[in-house]
Amino acid sequence: MLYSFLLLVAAVNFEDKIAPVLIDRCVPCHNSVKAMGSVRLTTSIAVSRVVTPGEPEKSALYTSIESGKMPPNDPKLTKDQREAIREWIKEGAKWPPGIALEGTRLPAVERAFVSRLRDKIAANKASPASNMALIPEGDFVMGSMRRKDEQPPHKVHIDSFYMDKYETTWDQYRLFMFAKEEGVDAVSRPTRPYVEMSFGMGIEGFPAISMTQHAANKYAEWLSQKTGQFYRLPTEAEWEYACRAGTTTAYSFGDDVKQLVNYAYYAANSGGKYQKVGSKLPNPWGMYDMHGNVMEWTLDQYSTDFYAHSPAANPWNQAAKPYPHAVRGGSWQDAAEMLTCSARVASDPSWKEQDPQLPKSVWYETDAQGLGFRLVRPLKLPSAEEMYKYWNSGVEKDN
Amino acid sequence: MPVILSGPALYEFSFQPLTHYTNKMEQDNRRNFLKTTGAAIAAGFPSLIRGQATNAIKVGLVGCGGRGTGAASQAMKADDYAELTAVADVYQDRVDTCLESLGKINGAKVKVDPKNVFLGLDAYQKLIDSGVDVVILATPPGFRPAHLRACIEAGKHVFCEKPIAVDAFGVRDVLETAKLAKQKNVALVSGFCWRYSNYIVATFDQIQSGAIGDIVAYYATYYTSPVKPMPPAKDRPAGMSDVEWQIKNWYNFQWLCGDSLVEQAVHSADKIAWSQNDKPPISCVAVGGRQIPAEDGNIYDHFEVNYLYPNNVRAVLGCRQIENCWNENADYILGTKGACTIGRSPMPKITGAKEWTFEGQKYDMYQYEHDMMFQSIRKGQPINNGERMATSTLLAMMGRMAAYTGREVTWDQALNSQERIFPEKLDWNGSMPVAPLPRPGVNKLI
Repeated sequence: MLYSFLLLVAAVNFEDKIAPVLIDRCVPCHNSVKAMGSVRLTTSIAVSRVVTPGEPEKSALYTSIESGKMPPNDPKLTKDQREAIREWIKEGAKWPPGIALEGTRLPAVERAFVSRLRDKIAANKASPASNMALIPEGDFVMGSMRRKDEQPPHKVHIDSFYMDKYETTWDQYRLFMFAKEEGVDAVSRPTRPYVEMSFGMGIEGFPAISMTQHAANKYAEWLSQKTGQFYRLPTEAEWEYACRAGTTTAYSFGDDVKQLVNYAYYAANSGGKYQKVGSKLPNPWGMYDMHGNVMEWTLDQYSTDFYAHSPAANPWNQAAKPYPHAVRGGSWQDAAEMLTCSARVASDPSWKEQDPQLPKSVWYETDAQGLGFRLVRPLKLPSAEEMYKYWNSGVEKDN
Repeated sequence: MPVILSGPALYEFSFQPLTHYTNKMEQDNRRNFLKTTGAAIAAGFPSLIRGQATNAIKVGLVGCGGRGTGAASQAMKADDYAELTAVADVYQDRVDTCLESLGKINGAKVKVDPKNVFLGLDAYQKLIDSGVDVVILATPPGFRPAHLRACIEAGKHVFCEKPIAVDAFGVRDVLETAKLAKQKNVALVSGFCWRYSNYIVATFDQIQSGAIGDIVAYYATYYTSPVKPMPPAKDRPAGMSDVEWQIKNWYNFQWLCGDSLVEQAVHSADKIAWSQNDKPPISCVAVGGRQIPAEDGNIYDHFEVNYLYPNNVRAVLGCRQIENCWNENADYILGTKGACTIGRSPMPKITGAKEWTFEGQKYDMYQYEHDMMFQSIRKGQPINNGERMATSTLLAMMGRMAAYTGREVTWDQALNSQERIFPEKLDWNGSMPVAPLPRPGVNKLI
């Protein structure tokens, strides 16, 4: 994607000069939902209906702007903006592959937003909420010899961070799902689901489920904006470190599976559904439901060979493709062996198989009813670019 | 994804009559018996015999929204040689978005020549005439009876999304068309997808084999958030006709969607019908209304219908589309020996004299309904869900009639209703006054 942007640098820069104008002044009416006048200005094919490459005077996009007909509301576009669109059409109206001007922000727009948000967070001296536990800095052995994808066990250093003691609940997540904010500074939020997303398993006090990793990332970004504190998903290493809580056994309470019922909801005791968060015993660091109830998203790309060459400190296998991502902790649907500290699950496109619409939603994993998440808050505030990467891992483009 | 085999067509494939080719196909069946779909195996479902013939099945899509696009993709996956050759909609941009999405997933099977992109209210007829074999009908439901009739009369196989009509005229029309489909030996598969869901089928199998005894009551819920809310009138572009504006916002108009009970909660009505072996109820009473401002639309946002079946069996269907309320999509089926609950946990459960829960993996019902349809076409034994889809739609519709009028409505009254909601003639540029929200006690049962 970046590469194709570079190609355009010599000419009118699409991302700098064209996309922002379209997004700001055209797309609010000419999008997939409204499509005023049956015109959408969101994808290359849609735009090709109103643009004749090389010939701005024959392109309705340009002529309607030039005549002042569009946009219908003031202010009209500036001379510079009109000229840029004219030049861009004249140069062939090149549209970077795979870019759609809705659903998610353009990288440059998102980066600018994140940068502003970081300034706000940096200026906020308030302490984090009490529902997070402080995870101390330290070393641990990540992985195990139990399954192939947990090998080799390897030593990892983790910096201190705060982590939610509980899995994110519907009470919290629904505030994000049904938030009404609009405008340039509104974090993109889930579309309305067609089905009842708790599948009858309960809302108040129960864990939120069936969201994509993209949705969890955007929740973290939205919450950061709301609270002025930086939140993100944990890396896979942070998750395992917090789950082990200083222990080296299969579970944070030891190796005795018989004790699992005291710490976790899983296939044997869940009654075929998730249960209220925090109703079993916590691990030594005060974390609830790390084993079971719902499995939890991490930031990492799931990879079977990453452990062999993992960095020694704060590893993060940054995603290069939408699938698979690493999910941890096992769920109410799983057998005991999937609940160990080191067990790994790989996300899969079949998790949204039953979405009857195309394109499939980037927000819901309708078939993953044991999938949730919790957030962390590192002690050291990351750079704006790091924040951008945490909140935008590429999974929003999985269609 | 199915494997796409190359090679010349074994024989010319014709859709009517299909029986001429049955023997040939059965030979091919045997030869290819072991060829299965990876997806079906992964989903833990018995392998499908497939790909017996290498001749293309040409699919046309009428209605290029999200559901239609999804159905077209599933159709192309259902058969190694199913390909999309024509599309119809009222908007070019819908077509563009649809083909963009399908191109990414179904690749070379999307073979829509620009001359086979049809736009406008008569586009479906042009699509039928373009030489397709299978038509997917996924427009707003008001159009369905006429579209379906045209397809079946032309001898096309049809995948027909639910619901199948918005008024009893449409239901009666579809009942006739369903018979015609049988005569013509063409497939008519409905989008009442739960009938193609392995775990729901297994649950109803349990019920019908007596796991909860005789059914005495059924309570179905379809409580959700608003589906496609009406935009404010100021968003209507100057010069856009009533008809276009209403089609654009079709979910908010009775004549296009049939109201929320008939468009969405009809899935629950279909399961109630299923539990009663698709026998009709005696009568029903219902309440309903609208709390959210209608913004010039005219559908209710809540209903509750109480159906009376023979032997004093009661079935209650509640539906609501309002935010910040208790949301639930469930079925509670009470029997003389136990109870069955669907939707209060990911797997249905039976309690009482017999304890049962579905164990195994769910498979993708949306894919499966297409797998079954194409398989039935290849076998020359086309599936016909026509009558059932009409009566399930009418079941929801009689609840709407009872709610709108405040009257008790019998099955015969519903079936013979003379109320015409979908206009007989439609002009894209025409005006279309919006009937006011119905008022029980004032609106007459027609």
